[in-house]
Amino acid sequence: MKTADKKSVDKNNKTDFLLGNVACAEGALYAGCNFFAAYPITPASDIGEHFVKQVTEQAGFFIQTEDEIAAIGAVIGASWGGMKAMTATSGPGISLMSENIGLAVATETPCVIVNVQRGGPSTGSPSLPLQADMLQAKFGSQGDYEIIAYAPSSPQEMFDHTVLAFNSAEKYRTPVFVLSDALVGHMYEQVHFPAPSAMSIVNRKISESYKKNTSIFLEGDVAPMPVFGRGLKANITGSTHLEDGTRSVASITAMDNEVRKLHGKLYGAIDDIVIDESYNIEDADVILYAYGSMFRAAFAGMKLARSEGLKVGCYRATTVWPFPEKRLRALSARCKAIIVCENNLGQMYYPVAASVEGCVRVLRGTPRILGSLPHPGDIVLKVKEALR
Amino acid sequence: MGEFTHPLAKYFRDGIKYTTCPGCGNGIAAQSVLWGIEAMGGNIDEYAFVSGIGCSGWIPSPAFSADLLHVTHGRSLPVATGLKIALPHQKVVVFQGDGDLSAIGGNHFIHACRRNVDLTVVCINNGIYGMTGGQAAPTTPLNFKTSTTPLGNVERGFDLSALAMASGATFVARWTTWHAAQITNSFKKAVNHQGFAFLEIVSQCPVQYGKAAGMRNDPVAMLNNYKENSVPISAAAKLSEEEKRGKIIIGELFYDPSVPEFTAELARLKKEGQRGL
Repeated sequence: MKTADKKSVDKNNKTDFLLGNVACAEGALYAGCNFFAAYPITPASDIGEHFVKQVTEQAGFFIQTEDEIAAIGAVIGASWGGMKAMTATSGPGISLMSENIGLAVATETPCVIVNVQRGGPSTGSPSLPLQADMLQAKFGSQGDYEIIAYAPSSPQEMFDHTVLAFNSAEKYRTPVFVLSDALVGHMYEQVHFPAPSAMSIVNRKISESYKKNTSIFLEGDVAPMPVFGRGLKANITGSTHLEDGTRSVASITAMDNEVRKLHGKLYGAIDDIVIDESYNIEDADVILYAYGSMFRAAFAGMKLARSEGLKVGCYRATTVWPFPEKRLRALSARCKAIIVCENNLGQMYYPVAASVEGCVRVLRGTPRILGSLPHPGDIVLKVKEALR
Repeated sequence: MGEFTHPLAKYFRDGIKYTTCPGCGNGIAAQSVLWGIEAMGGNIDEYAFVSGIGCSGWIPSPAFSADLLHVTHGRSLPVATGLKIALPHQKVVVFQGDGDLSAIGGNHFIHACRRNVDLTVVCINNGIYGMTGGQAAPTTPLNFKTSTTPLGNVERGFDLSALAMASGATFVARWTTWHAAQITNSFKKAVNHQGFAFLEIVSQCPVQYGKAAGMRNDPVAMLNNYKENSVPISAAAKLSEEEKRGKIIIGELFYDPSVPEFTAELARLKKEGQRGL
């Protein structure tokens, strides 16, 4: 029996051998997700397929919608109905969802969007991994906004980061991305299931009563959410609005206020949101910036380089957005070069290069063949190029 | 005598001014719906209103003193579906214009009909894009001259109620803004119906449609036109296709309470699943 077909897995402080996408669905259930809407797409369909088998055992719903636009729309509606809601898709689906992702940002709607990235542009290569949509996650919808995104590198992290994503979505009232790829989504590995109370679960703050002129939006420490069906007379719009929800589309100060406060809500909490890991950076001449599946290759490359006597460190971005510019600047002060290891022709390369402001060399660490993880030896070659 | 307060004023958020052009049909549609809510007990907190982009989206948002969700163009039905699943006891009412519903949101509309989600959709059909300045809509009549069809519209218009019936809606009614009391009655039936209810209101846009139809800024002429050209469904059955041309077929066009409702089916499946069936 395929693991993906398991009706249930042993969840209480046990270890199981799971597909990354299944671990994602299990992480969602652990986090309290009770609404999942999706449209079928390779390589993400198995997340919803596993979830729907589980919802008969737990209090939740899965619906298959007519397209991804409807999937994210239903997620937004369910979230305002008080549910912990998510969708899972791949690049083409994210492209269709983009407008409503902006709606979720503007209306401060907690929800989780899993993107199991595949080869693009367009239909591309549905079952092949490519870290192709890293900038799309931040810049995909119109307007000027901040987003939270995590990049898991293993099935275990598909579980952990999905929990993390729900916690951040609820805490900050915002859509949160899990930016996986076909490699991690379709990888089988050991996944440890924490005991039910081992990981903390965050639930949104809900308004207690309706009061005129009360802030339900645009608060730096996140306004309580006027969840529907409680007589809170929630006034929610994707148009520019004031703190109490009043639409104000022709005022330049209202627009400035909304854009700055939505951005500031997340950017001001960047030290709380950003999770990263540093390996051997103390004496490093070259630091590898890596995330998601490419972190596996970068870490192996770092170890091989160290065995050859090269002073190489690795900075692993668990949170890729919001982008921790100050941390990257601090890294650049201690090394000669940064190699941005990513399975694309250079996407996170741009914020990394912008952050270090020319203080050190920044190189692209694209694999020899896109879609494959580079051999550690290739990374050593790149390190040597950086040191020349 | 004391100061007169409109009996429906209590359903409006304090200090909100209604934003419509003079003579717009939105006021009649809003009042007809609110009279229905008044007749059904008047607890507007039992309702949630979802609307999209266009003049119709501003009927509930931000005026109605209830839960309001004003979303992206054409996407109110998916949002309303998610909301209804989360809150099955809430009465979810969706306001859409003809463009919002049948152009950009057409796919969501036919699928919401097919699913038979317990939603009440009030569609304000003015036959044109009003808010953006009078462009042709999927409901604009053939040969009609608009800002994007200056030589005449070559596309045939949608019959929205027929589209709803063909797609599986289980309550379908059509009236015009001439028929305010009938709208109220059909709205009550639509809300009480356990399933997808579609209430089409043919409504005047005196500014944009009126301009193109030779009735510029003349809502009275447009309402008289509705009065003269409306044919009850019972009478329409006796007319030939030629006689029906240009007429608005009004009335409660379809009703089937026997089709299982979507959220009730989801709840049933969950119960059966939990019993291990």
